[in-house]
Amino acid sequence: MIHIENFSKKFGDRTAVDNLSLKIAKGEIFGLLGPNGAGKTTTIRVLTMLTRPTAGKIVIDGCEASHQEQHIKSVIGVVPQHFNLDSDLTPWENLELHGRLHHMVPQVRNQRIEELLKFVELEDRAHEMVQKFSGGMKRRLMIARALLHQPKVLFLDEPTVGLDPQVRRRLWDLIRHLKNEGLTVLLTTHYIEEAENLCQRVAIMEKGRLIAIDTPMELCQRLGSYAVEWADEEGTKTKFFADRNEASAFAATLVTTTTLRQTNLEDAFVELTGRKVAG
Amino acid sequence: MLYDIWTVFWRDWLVLKRRIGRFILSRMVSPILYLVAFGWGLGRNIQVNQGSYLDFIVPGIIALNSMNISFNSVGSPLNMSRVYHKTLEEYLIAPISSMSFVIGKVASGALRGLLSSLIIILLAFTFGAHALITIWFAIALVLNCLVFASMGLVAAMVMNTHEDMANFNTYVLLPMSFLCATFFIPDHLPTVLRWLIEFLPLTHASHALRAIVSGGETPVFSLFIMAAYITAFCGIGVWLMEKVRE
Ligand SMILES: Nc1ncnc2c1ncn2[C@@H]1O[C@H](COP(=O)(O)OP(=O)(O)OP(=O)(O)O)[C@@H](O)[C@H]1O
Ligand SMILES: [Mg+2]
Repeated sequence: MIHIENFSKKFGDRTAVDNLSLKIAKGEIFGLLGPNGAGKTTTIRVLTMLTRPTAGKIVIDGCEASHQEQHIKSVIGVVPQHFNLDSDLTPWENLELHGRLHHMVPQVRNQRIEELLKFVELEDRAHEMVQKFSGGMKRRLMIARALLHQPKVLFLDEPTVGLDPQVRRRLWDLIRHLKNEGLTVLLTTHYIEEAENLCQRVAIMEKGRLIAIDTPMELCQRLGSYAVEWADEEGTKTKFFADRNEASAFAATLVTTTTLRQTNLEDAFVELTGRKVAG
Repeated sequence: MLYDIWTVFWRDWLVLKRRIGRFILSRMVSPILYLVAFGWGLGRNIQVNQGSYLDFIVPGIIALNSMNISFNSVGSPLNMSRVYHKTLEEYLIAPISSMSFVIGKVASGALRGLLSSLIIILLAFTFGAHALITIWFAIALVLNCLVFASMGLVAAMVMNTHEDMANFNTYVLLPMSFLCATFFIPDHLPTVLRWLIEFLPLTHASHALRAIVSGGETPVFSLFIMAAYITAFCGIGVWLMEKVRE
């Protein structure tokens, strides 16, 4: 569904994305992870036609970005990292503008707007000004907007920042549900457990380069399925083992408090990128 | 394409409708000041071309005011939307052409310019001006609004901060307001300056409006120049909309 070949993006001398190649299948939920400044947002901006690549080929829904931009734009939905709602309009008007921009038939449009406002629990504030909304409410509205025109591919750039746990869970459920209906999702997040929970495959980027791409499970098993964690003067340390007995034998040799647990995606992420990301 | 133009226009119309009262009131302030200061105060004893100064200056004020309103109602919101609010992205992501966006925005800016000109025309009548409103007058006015709405669009796409936008106003629009045959006929200025002024779009707007009001020949040349400016600015606007994705 999404096909990226040797894509690079430079801003002046700085290379934001360096020779990235990636294939994402229809109906897949794909996670893009990486520390701040890794190039995740830049990748999404290029895939959503907001920025043109310096080099490389991008194909979405069978259409090549360089010639069939309008078709691609009509089949994608985007939740950007920053708020970009029109604060001079109400939520309803924001959605209506979006529907009109996507050439939706008025009847369908109004029905979808109602459904989605209900889904993000903003139906009783549909006619207030967006300006007065809280951060989480704005993000919910942006999610509703991205889904309004029933896109085939959804791009979510840190969609759950600032959402309360209930809404976040509901969004996860929704994403899974949409995936079952054939929607392809590309999301970035700093909440590694979110990616572990949701994504069939994840890619880890660092400084514009792809450093790993696999299922969350595989990435964890590469390190070893078991982790022993302990603290000494230098901070928290972790060591990985393929075998549970080996792990507990090692834990027994330590004098401080230790934790023996299964390796998670966050361990893999930290190992691969060499530093801890802030949630 | 027509539908997309309408969508872009519709959004601005929605916002304008919500503030129409405030819009009209605030648009009355500066023309009233001009009319009082130059029409009543200064102009009592001045005759220009055998007419009253008030009659001379009304077309100038209309030209200058429609310039300011058209320019600023596209320029500053669009600049804010591109640089700060990022709401321009909503249009960039949508399957619409850059051309539709440009035309829709320019049309909505021109509409505001026209509304505020209408306010001035009504005010000018109450101040005792004898203006002759014809179809050509309307055409010249619409062209002027379009010129500056499209110039506002270009400026908004080029300037990278709100402050630069304000500077553009000070360095480009403000000098034009005073020099471009709005308050006087620039016949006595040095030749070089006169040439420069002849080149500026607002000069043609004031010429055209004044010629029409005084019942002279239809100023085809000036109208043509304005049309050329509109085409050029819209063309540049479309190009900048494409370039913004680089
Ligand atoms: N418009 C731009 N002009 C110049 N440099 C840019 C621009 N946008 C991004 N960059 C640079 O590209 C690099 C990648 O940025 P990007 O926003 O893609 O990171 P990210 O992975 O989304 O990070 P975060 O987790 O903080 O959102 C950074 O070094 C950034 O400074
Ligand atoms: Mg980012």
